[in-house]
Amino acid sequence: MLNPSLTGHAKGVAFVILEKRTMASDWRPSASIVTLRERARLLAEVRAFFAEREVLEVETPVLGHGGSTDVHLASLCVEATTSAGGERLWLQTSPEFHMKRLLAAGSGPIFQLARSFRDAEVGSRHNLEFTMLEWYRPGLAMEELIEETVELIRRVLPRDPGPVCRRRYRELFRDALGIDPFTEPLPALRRLAGETGGLTMADSDRDGCLDLLMGLVIEPHLGREGIEVVLDYPASQAALARCHRDSEDGEWVASRFEVYLAGLELANGYDELTEAAEQRARFEQDSVVRRRQGLPEVDMDARLLAALEHGMPPGSGVALGIDRLIQLALGKPRVADVMAFATPRC
Amino acid sequence: MANYSTNEFKGGLKVMLDGDPCTIVENELVKPGKGQAFSRVKLRNLMTGRVGERTFKSGDSLEGADVLELEMEYLYNDGDMWYFMKTDGSFEQYAVEKRALGDTEKWLKEQVPYTVTLWNDNAIAVSPPNFIELEVTETDPGVKGDTAQGGSKPATLSSGAVVRVPLFINEGEVLKVDTRSGDYVSRA
Repeated sequence: MLNPSLTGHAKGVAFVILEKRTMASDWRPSASIVTLRERARLLAEVRAFFAEREVLEVETPVLGHGGSTDVHLASLCVEATTSAGGERLWLQTSPEFHMKRLLAAGSGPIFQLARSFRDAEVGSRHNLEFTMLEWYRPGLAMEELIEETVELIRRVLPRDPGPVCRRRYRELFRDALGIDPFTEPLPALRRLAGETGGLTMADSDRDGCLDLLMGLVIEPHLGREGIEVVLDYPASQAALARCHRDSEDGEWVASRFEVYLAGLELANGYDELTEAAEQRARFEQDSVVRRRQGLPEVDMDARLLAALEHGMPPGSGVALGIDRLIQLALGKPRVADVMAFATPRC
Repeated sequence: MANYSTNEFKGGLKVMLDGDPCTIVENELVKPGKGQAFSRVKLRNLMTGRVGERTFKSGDSLEGADVLELEMEYLYNDGDMWYFMKTDGSFEQYAVEKRALGDTEKWLKEQVPYTVTLWNDNAIAVSPPNFIELEVTETDPGVKGDTAQGGSKPATLSSGAVVRVPLFINEGEVLKVDTRSGDYVSRA
């Protein structure tokens, strides 16, 4: 029964009805059925692309005994009852570790459309769980993998997105901000990042400042006139890539590339690190930083390290956010628009 | 008030920023796949109405603002203060300053419910319903037969607002107007 004093207000009644209607429609998909058909067609196109190139489709577990130690990735974990009894398993942030173990076991080139999970990543370009298209090419140089990545992107998009432009990380910062990201003194970098974002960056490290400037100033303009490939990241941002000395200035840079289109980060690829000792050192370094910053500790993947010790063939690999590519292909403003049920509706 | 962390920032949340109550308009995660996460937040300052953008590190927090949006009927004004009454049956009245009234002043009509924003129990903003019905108090005489298309003319409404109306509208008629755009919608 409505409060009698409210019944006189048609607006109040309308509001109550509207609220009911919103709640009742929550069961509906985030994407239209038409969009989901298009999505299925594009995924079939992706599978055809790899079938033509004789890259094997694989399926690996989303759960693992080890998780990603990456300081900037928040892993979700579950308590499970397995043959070992009760244990903690990690939801993958990408299928990288399992796929590398397949490479070490002699799989040859492989790809996967893998459900991946990253806690707290929510927004118009992010969803807690999403589909990663990841593939590995043993024996292939990174430059050739960049070309293949661009071909795949062109295959999925309905129109040619324009020419490919390769940009060096350093060059991007010089052009947009007039600073050298490798040599700009930290206090000046903190000041610039703080002023740009309207926050205090006094306790931030170099990479934190560079990430802010990249995200706020540079990224929105990337890939506006075609596909942009960013190269030569600072060695501190190598993640699971090899590093090499820049041929021009001798600076240590990561053998890593990122692909941007329409201001969206689409793919991240590496000349894959294969040395077990170096990989272990990076995992341990991550754990040190996690402890220092009070972040949850993540069990490092001992089986990946064992696989690297056994020997993984050198080669390149890339991870591409297929939901974002489908979003661009279908001209949708939000990544949720191409997902059956984005997290708020799951 | 409780503190809210960046992952709780969503449209409509009221927070304190630089001493002023603000409402969050939009929160976008900015995060290179392999880098640090930031929240790029669009906020409307509830005191000034201005919208600005600020960036926060993921996990940073802001103090919540004791802001309530309540439905209140407009009663009258004494030239100094404008008086509104809660529609929840409590008959509780609030006096609103001209500054807080802002543009809504030209859409005031007695007994119409408005949304009044209270901060620490003081009215800081008033917004009109999206559509309101108001009488034409002054306009050029209507042109007969011109009901299809063609020109428009200014008409002053009982609340003081001036809107563009079709030529066939006459003084004394009641019109439905969109307060967000100030556009004529139809005859009421």
